[in-house]
Parts: sequence; C-alpha cells; structure tokens
Amino acid sequence: MRTDCYDVYSIYRVIETPQDFLPNGYPTRRQERDSAVSTGIGARVARKEDRRLLSGQARFVGDIKLPRQWEAAFVRSPIAHGRILKITKPVAFADRVFTVEDMDDVRPIRAESSLPTYNVSDQYVLAKDKVRFVGECIAICIAPTRAEAEDIAEQVQVEFDPLPPLVDAARARESDAPLVHEDWGNNLFLTTDFDSGLDEARANAAVVIEREYTTARQCMNPMEGKGTLAHWDEKAEQLVVHTSTQVPHLIRTGLSECLGLDQGSVRVIAPDVGGGFGYKCVLQPEEVSVSWVARKTGRPIRWTEDRREHLVAGANTRQHHYKITAYADDRGRILGLDAEVTVDIGAYSVWPFTACLEAAQAGGNLPGPYAFQHYRCKTYSVATNKPGLTPYRGVARPGVCFAMELTMDAIARAVGREPSEVRKDNLVQADQMPFTNVTKKFYDSGDYPESVVQAARSIGLEEFRARQAAARAQGKYLGIGFSTFTEQSAHGTKVFAAWGLPLVPGYEQAMVKITPSGSIEVRSGNHSFGQGLETTIAQVASEWLTVDIDRIKVTMGDTGLTPYSTGAYASRGMVMAGGAVSKAAEELAGRVKTHAAHLLQCSPEDIRLADGNAYAGEAHVSFADIARSWYLRPDLLPDDVNTAGLEVTEGYKPEIDTGVFTYATHAAIVEVDTGTGKVAIQDYVIFEDCGRRVNPLILEGQAYGGAAQGIGTALFEEVLYDANGQPLTSTLADYILPGPAELPHFRLDHAETLSPYTRHGIKGVGEGAAIAPSGAIVNAINDALRPFEVELNQIPATPERILSALLATDPAREAAE
Amino acid sequence: MKPAPFELSQPGTLDDARGLLAAGDADCRIIAGGQSLGPMLNLRLARPDRLVALSALPGLTECRETESHVEIGAAVTHARIEDGDCPEPIPGMLRHVAAGIAYRAVRNRGTIGGSLCHADPAADWVTAMTALGATLLISGEAGTRREVPMRDFMQGAYRTALKPGEILTTVRIPRYSAGARWGYYKICRKVGEFADAISAFVADPETRVCRVVFGSTGGAPLERPALARQLAETGAAAPLDEIKKDLLAAQSDLSPVKLQQMAIAHQRSVQEALSHD
Ligand SMILES: Cc1cc2nc3c(=O)[nH]c(=O)nc-3n(C[C@H](O)[C@H](O)[C@H](O)COP(=O)(O)OP(=O)(O)OC[C@H]3O[C@@H](n4cnc5c(N)ncnc54)[C@H](O)[C@@H]3O)c2cc1C
Repeated sequence: MRTDCYDVYSIYRVIETPQDFLPNGYPTRRQERDSAVSTGIGARVARKEDRRLLSGQARFVGDIKLPRQWEAAFVRSPIAHGRILKITKPVAFADRVFTVEDMDDVRPIRAESSLPTYNVSDQYVLAKDKVRFVGECIAICIAPTRAEAEDIAEQVQVEFDPLPPLVDAARARESDAPLVHEDWGNNLFLTTDFDSGLDEARANAAVVIEREYTTARQCMNPMEGKGTLAHWDEKAEQLVVHTSTQVPHLIRTGLSECLGLDQGSVRVIAPDVGGGFGYKCVLQPEEVSVSWVARKTGRPIRWTEDRREHLVAGANTRQHHYKITAYADDRGRILGLDAEVTVDIGAYSVWPFTACLEAAQAGGNLPGPYAFQHYRCKTYSVATNKPGLTPYRGVARPGVCFAMELTMDAIARAVGREPSEVRKDNLVQADQMPFTNVTKKFYDSGDYPESVVQAARSIGLEEFRARQAAARAQGKYLGIGFSTFTEQSAHGTKVFAAWGLPLVPGYEQAMVKITPSGSIEVRSGNHSFGQGLETTIAQVASEWLTVDIDRIKVTMGDTGLTPYSTGAYASRGMVMAGGAVSKAAEELAGRVKTHAAHLLQCSPEDIRLADGNAYAGEAHVSFADIARSWYLRPDLLPDDVNTAGLEVTEGYKPEIDTGVFTYATHAAIVEVDTGTGKVAIQDYVIFEDCGRRVNPLILEGQAYGGAAQGIGTALFEEVLYDANGQPLTSTLADYILPGPAELPHFRLDHAETLSPYTRHGIKGVGEGAAIAPSGAIVNAINDALRPFEVELNQIPATPERILSALLATDPAREAAE
Repeated sequence: MKPAPFELSQPGTLDDARGLLAAGDADCRIIAGGQSLGPMLNLRLARPDRLVALSALPGLTECRETESHVEIGAAVTHARIEDGDCPEPIPGMLRHVAAGIAYRAVRNRGTIGGSLCHADPAADWVTAMTALGATLLISGEAGTRREVPMRDFMQGAYRTALKPGEILTTVRIPRYSAGARWGYYKICRKVGEFADAISAFVADPETRVCRVVFGSTGGAPLERPALARQLAETGAAAPLDEIKKDLLAAQSDLSPVKLQQMAIAHQRSVQEALSHD
C-alpha cells in the first residue's frame, strides 16, 4: 500500500477556518449508551466533517485547480434514437475535439452478468454508430474555460439518420417494437421467473385483489453533480483521477479495464463528495473520456456536470410497473401473491451493478416483511431510449414497497378492517425470528408487528378516525396511511454473486494506527459523502482505543492511501467499514496493552484502557508514551517486541453473507384539498429498528433525509418525455423537488434489536427511510378520498392526477363542463 | 450551461441606455434582475451580442406617490415591494403578491419591470397589474414616451407591446378608496413555484370598479367582466360550474383540471378577502 503524501494538496487554496462558526445550541456531546467511552459507539456527537462542510472549507472536485488545467464540455445527442452518419469537427478546433474515432484504444463499458437470459450492452463512452438516448455523449471538447469548451461543442456538427424512438416500457416488450440493440433481436436485458406455486392460495382465497402500479422515472439530484478531474502524474507514472464517487476502488478497476492500464497505474481520489445516493456508485462514461483526454493531451482536464446535464443524461432511476394479484382470506391474511414487474432500464447496463440489480431486488424483495409462502413473480427488464437505470437509495425497494403497501391497504378495504391490523397479521412475527421467507431471504432479527403498533400509537390512530369523520362533515378530507418494510443491508458476497454481478464484494479492509504522538489514524477505502461515515468509523475506533474522536484522523476515498474496499452502497458502510475498523482497532488495542505492560512491568491482562491511557491499577502510561517507545525510543522495549508495530490492517465481513435486515413502519396523516388536488402532510411518524445506533444524531439525519427524498418520490418528482423521447423536465423549474416548506416535521422513534451476526450488532441505515414514504402517503391519500371511491395507484401523486381522478368520478362536476 | 459570449454595458442614464439600444447592434437586450433572462442565456436560448443593464439607472429604482397614483420604477425588486419599501395602492396587495414570487434569493434580484416585460403567462405581476388596472410608462427612441394600459401590454405568452429599443420605466397604479377590497389566490406545486392557476380581483365600491382576472392561462391574463359583475352585485363568487362555463366561453382549450383550479382560485380569492375582515 502506498502511503506517501501526495503534493497536489499543497496547492489548494488555504483559507483560515473561522473558529466559532457553529451556532449556539448545536448539539453537544452525549453518550446515549452504557459505555465508558464518551465519543465511542452510541455517542451523540456532532460530525467531525461539519466544520469544513458548513463553513465552505470542503474541497470538492470543483474546488481543485491544477496548473495548466482545462475544462471539458460534451456534445450530447439531441435525439433519442438514430444512426450517426457523420461528425464534423470545427476546423479551427480540430485538436480540441475528440470522438469515438479518436478513442479506438478505449474499451466500451460492458457489465457482464452470469444470470441466464441476460443480454449484455456495450456502451461506448462516446457514441459509436448509434445514439440511444437524448444526452448520450458524442464528443468531448476541451478549452481553458467551460464556456469556451461549450462554444466549441456548439460548432461540432453531427448528422443523424433518425430511428423510431422507444419510450414506453410496455411497447418495448412487443415483438414489432424498434430495437435499441439490434443484435439482441428483442429489447430484453433480462427476464426472471420465480414460482413457488399459487394453486393452494387461489383455491382458498376469499378475496382477490388485482391492481396495477406505476412509479416514475426520477433523477437523484445530489447537491453536487458528478465531477471528474484527471491528470497524468509523470513522477508516479500514474493517471490520477479526482472524481466525485462513492466507490473509488471500483472506479480504479473500471477505468483500468476501459483504458487498458494496469491498476497500479491508476490512482482514484474521491475528495469531498456532495451527496451520492447511488448516482456516483457506477463508472460513468464521462469519467473514462476525461481520463483518456488527460492522458492523450498531457493536460489536467476537468468536467463538472451541470444541472441540465444531470436532469437529462442523469434521468436514470426508479421507473417500474407492477401488475399484482393478491389472494387473501376473509381476514385479509395474504395466501399468495402473483406479480409481474416491468423495469424500464433505458439504453445501457451500468457497470458494475448491471441491468439485473433492479429486477433481482424487485422480484426478491416484493414480499417484504410479510410471511406469506406462495409467490410467483415474473420480471422483465426492458431496454428503451433513455439513460441506463442506476441504483438509487433503496434501489428497487421504494417501488416494491409502494406496490406491496398499496396492495395491503386494498386488501384491508376489501375485508373491512383497519389496514394497520391487517398489516400486523401478515408480518413475520417476532417469535418466528430468525425467519426465512418465500424468496429465501434470511430475516435475522426484530419485531416487525411492534413497529406498526408503535407507529400507530405515536400518530394517534385511535383518535384519528373520529377526527377524520368530523373533518369530512366539514368538507375536509383527512387520511391516514401506513407503510412497513424490511431493508436488506450490507448484503455480501453470496448475494451479489447470485445476482450475477461482474464484481462481488468480499472482505472489507481498514487500517488503524497510532502516530508517534499518540493520536490515531484510521484509513478506509470506503467513502464519506454526506452520510457521516467519517465520524462514525472514528467512533468505532474510539470505542476500542478510548481516544477522543478529535484525536482520530480519518482518511478515506483515495486508492493511493487506503486499503481496498468496494465502497459505499447498499447501506453497507457502517456495517462493513465499521466492522473492519472495529477488528483492526481491537487488534491494535491488544498491541497497545502489550507495550504498556512492558512499560508498567505487569502482564497485558492487567492493563485497562481509558481516556487514551493504559492503566495498571493506579499506575498508567499515555498513548503518547507508548507510541514514543515504539517509534522514537525502541531501546526501551524488549528484544522480543511484536515487530508488526502499532499499525494494523484487518479485513472483515459479517458472519452471514445474506445481509442484516433493518425494518421500519412509517405512518402519515395527510389532508387532500379536493378543490386543488394538493396534498398537505399533517403528521409523519417513523418507527425504525436498525440495530445498534452508532451515532443517534447521524441516524436521525439519515432518516429525515431519506424520508424527504421519499416524499419527493411520492408527490413531486417525475421525468417526463414526449413521444419522441425528448425529456420535458430538463431544468429544476420542470423537475419539481420538495423544498423545506413541503416537508413535515418528522417524528422518529426507535427499537434497537442488535444483529447477532455483525460486530456491535450494527445494521445498515442509509437507504431505509427513502423506501416507505410513497406507500404511507398514497395510502393516506386513498384513505382520505374513500368517500369519493377514488384510488390512486401511480406516483408521484400530483394535483393533476388527484384532480383528474376526482373529476372523473364526480358526475355533477362533469355535467358542469 | 454557460452563456454564449456577449458584451455587457452599464449605462448611467436613460439616454445612454436608449442610445446603446438604438445603436443598431445586431442583437441588444436589456437585463434587469436577470432572473428570467439569466437562465435563457445559460441555456443559450437567448444569445444577444450585448446586454444593457438597468441596475445603474437612478430613476428606475424609485417609487413615488401622488394623490391619485402610485408609481413604481421598473427596476424595483420584488424584495423591496415585499418589505413594504413601496407605497401600496390598496393596503397589503403588492406585498402579498411579491412575497409569493419564487423565493427570497430570486426576489432580491428580480424586478417588477423585468417580470412584466418577460410576460411569462404563469408569472404573478402580469395578473396582479391587470387586476389593479395599471398603466405602463415606456420610453422609446429619441426620448419619446408613451403609456400603455396593462390590459393591452401583454399580447400573448412572452409577447408584449414593447417595440425594439423601448424601455419600460414606470408602473403606474391608480389608488383605491378605503373601502376597496382585493383578493389574490395562487395555486402552485410548491412554495415559490410559478402558478398553475391564479385568480385576482380588485373591487372598489366607491368608484364602482371591479375586475376579476385569471392568470396562468397559457396566454395573457383573462379578465372576466361577468364574474366581476356578479361579485360586485352579490359580494360573493359565482358557483363553481358558472365560473367554469364563463371561463370556457373565453378560452375553450382549458383542460378539466386547469378549469377546476382556475374556478377554485377565484372562489378562494373571494373567501380569503372576506376572511381578512
Ligand atoms: C427559481 C425561480 C422562480 C421564479 N418564480 C416566479 C414566480 O413564482 N412568479 C413570478 O412571477 N416570477 C417568478 N420568477 C421570475 C422572476 O420573477 C423574475 O424576476 C422576473 O420574471 C424577471 O425579472 P428580472 O428583473 O429578473 O428580468 P430579466 O431576467 O433581467 O429580464 C427579463 C426580460 O425582460 C426584459 N426587460 C427587463 N427589464 C426591462 C425594462 N425595464 N424594459 C424593457 N425590457 C425589460 C429583458 O430584456 C428580458 O427579456 C422566478 C424566477 C426564478 C429564477
């Protein structure tokens, strides 16, 4: 492992950090767990990274300025589908424009999968022969400034022979549909079929519910878009790529493969990253192009994605369609479920997560937290002329949960019971844990029904029904909705291998060491991009070593400085990187005790660590003394000293590969304005269990942020296309994100069921809260609109959709028109 | 998303500004707050050779009051109006409308004149000024001045009566009597968004002026005299189906959802005005 300091940092702008910028009342430290370590696991401490993030001192790709650096702009396809006949570079700038012709040594992005029926797509990083979505990169142009690069891009002429665009996923399955990839002969990335048999369920059903559900295509919209700055370092003989990513080590592999470079010749550095949500967990074609041009020209080249590029070429997530038939008994207990899921993948499969991930998760997770044992699910992952689907916080589960939770309420209405009661009956019960469900998911621990009970109590279900009736009498329409889910977090080797991925995560590594002055350094190849991992893994080290997190320096995201990790995705960071740091810190604590025992002339078993000191009874030595003896005064140590020293790298994975399951129930009360179709969220409660809460403050932030994004999914966000595949939502005036005024005051409560299979009982928490809101909110809307017999089964539940549904059922209103 | 190259001029007097605009440059555009023009420049939908900034012109950032009128300089920002830094022709209305435009960062720069000249059908001032019966003072070539009533100013989506080289200098609004009432109801997806539907009314029993106006119709604001008469006579909005019928008579392409939101906006503009009492 290279650990040399890299001199690029010396040229960053240095601004004095304001000392007291944090407002009064910023949360002070509080240990909420029974632990002797004040900044260890369970401590509510402000994030280490907040000082730089909140005072504008963070360093994003956009902040870096290297000598001789130029900027890049892309020529992007203005049409959804067509053959490229000719590309003409402007004569004056021929040496500043590069097309696929120039890049004949670059391999296309190709995500293989071992799943049967899978069709693999080749995505040339600059389009070759054909364009397959509006926004696809065709040429890269470079100039001293972005504006000048855009001036050049405008002058590149591309002639097309337009082909019929394929915009609709249902149409993609028809045999006479236009082909996105001609050589496939169809538009199917993947079909899967799971069938445990439904005959028994069908025969015994008292109630049969049939529904179709639709979720919109979305954009993830991290505050910082994608950004990449590449340069060739002659001294290191390395391509150095600063890129806004969640997965630096994976990007190194991907870049090496596309560019034909040895991985030792590529260094990827993720500096501060302003949000990822999955958008930054795949290799992007722009990353490859920029790297190639930097190498070719010998200049540092940067590309900074702007919001329009993001809303067009990054319109790449969430679009599903469900056909569901549920069979239930007369109490609403589900006997079996029959589902057909169509995933609108878009044109290309992302690397490394492939076009299979959505369907695999949709098919596997649709039964969710429920115990029913008969299930059939067919999935179709279809190619269309849109950007390639990328996993977004929760991956397929926000769609799956929406479909399942609306079905649950539809069943409850059919049998005339309170939906929360029907939910409770259908959930896996606490005494069934651990439980293997119909799709062979292994639910490790928890009390799912209790989460419904607690959410119902907290939101006041009992008194709500009376309030609802009174409001109705005054022409006000209130509704209540619930949504329960499990989230498979930190699923590991076997799960990813079963999904046929080209790259499977294994042991996560981390390094922990003591510096000569007794402070601690932690290094992880995972990354912190807003989710607080920089703080929480320091807390894990603090737990073992008893050193305050202020004296623990965390380095992440740089393949030149950190041990290997596949990175931050799938709610795995805390479980995996936290586990690895825990193992390394535990080992280091042992070595500290051995050194201390020698200095204090006792045996290691008599040593106790506290407050960054090693105690033997009253006598003690500090970590500084111990470190000094190893680094500076080895003459004080015995000859048989452990030569591995005070630096430990360890690898970790949980005892099971199948993931640890968090779960939660969300409950919402909404008021639907039947005049305008607008929905106001009056109350929103989350009851969740994610195992050990390493930092309650960070966990709350994750829950609120996730739920905010889920509300965007439920009520606002939708990428629209016209019949030609032209995106109609290419600015934030058209793609509506929720703002502070649209969000409720979330109320949050917890259980803390420790996982028996992970270090410290930790489960993943990052994605969960984004999964449930659509279910809770649309169930609440449908509950509010019951007097009109109106049911919405599509998100976002826009005023337009709600009013259209209401107007269609109201003959008086229709007559008036 | 960077604009194509342009020159920026910041004239210090109206004469200089007019001179620059008349100089016959291939394409010369006025920029006020840049909150509408800025995005169009960045998207390269507008590609002027020269921008003439109004920000340094003293007369355009002032507000004045006479016995009969309130005059607002074209370059006065939404934020100043929101903050009450401008006289009100009818208590509270301008502040209410201004506060509902976009969010504060946009209001700090965006101007009333820029908004009127941009003539976005979904914007707020075009509808509010039609309801208030405003008159726009325009300065043209060689110092000529003309006055255009608001209802003739906006001629369609993004189309106005402005001729090339003309500058809107002042918005003149008649003052209303103490007994006058106003209502303004905007339906939009989220706080600060452009409207899906707007309905505004101004009713002055003393002068017997009553106007009911609908905004976000896809074109210029719609004035509906029959609904205004009904409001003046009964003190209440018409029933939903009557409002819809009246609107459809004026504009037959309104979708059922749009129609519903327009009609509701009118009813609520009246209800809210009554609840102010
Ligand atoms: C995020 C966002 C949300 C918004 N939401 C709303 C909203 O809810 N409601 C709403 O009404 N508006 C909204 N706007 C628009 C905003 O109100 C703008 O301020 C306004 O439309 C334009 O004013 P401006 O001063 O910025 O004009 P500019 O952008 O500078 O100019 C606009 C146009 O008017 C011309 N022009 C400007 N001043 C003059 C003049 N004195 N004489 C002749 N021509 C002139 C310019 O040449 C240009 O064509 C929003 C804008 C943004 C960015």
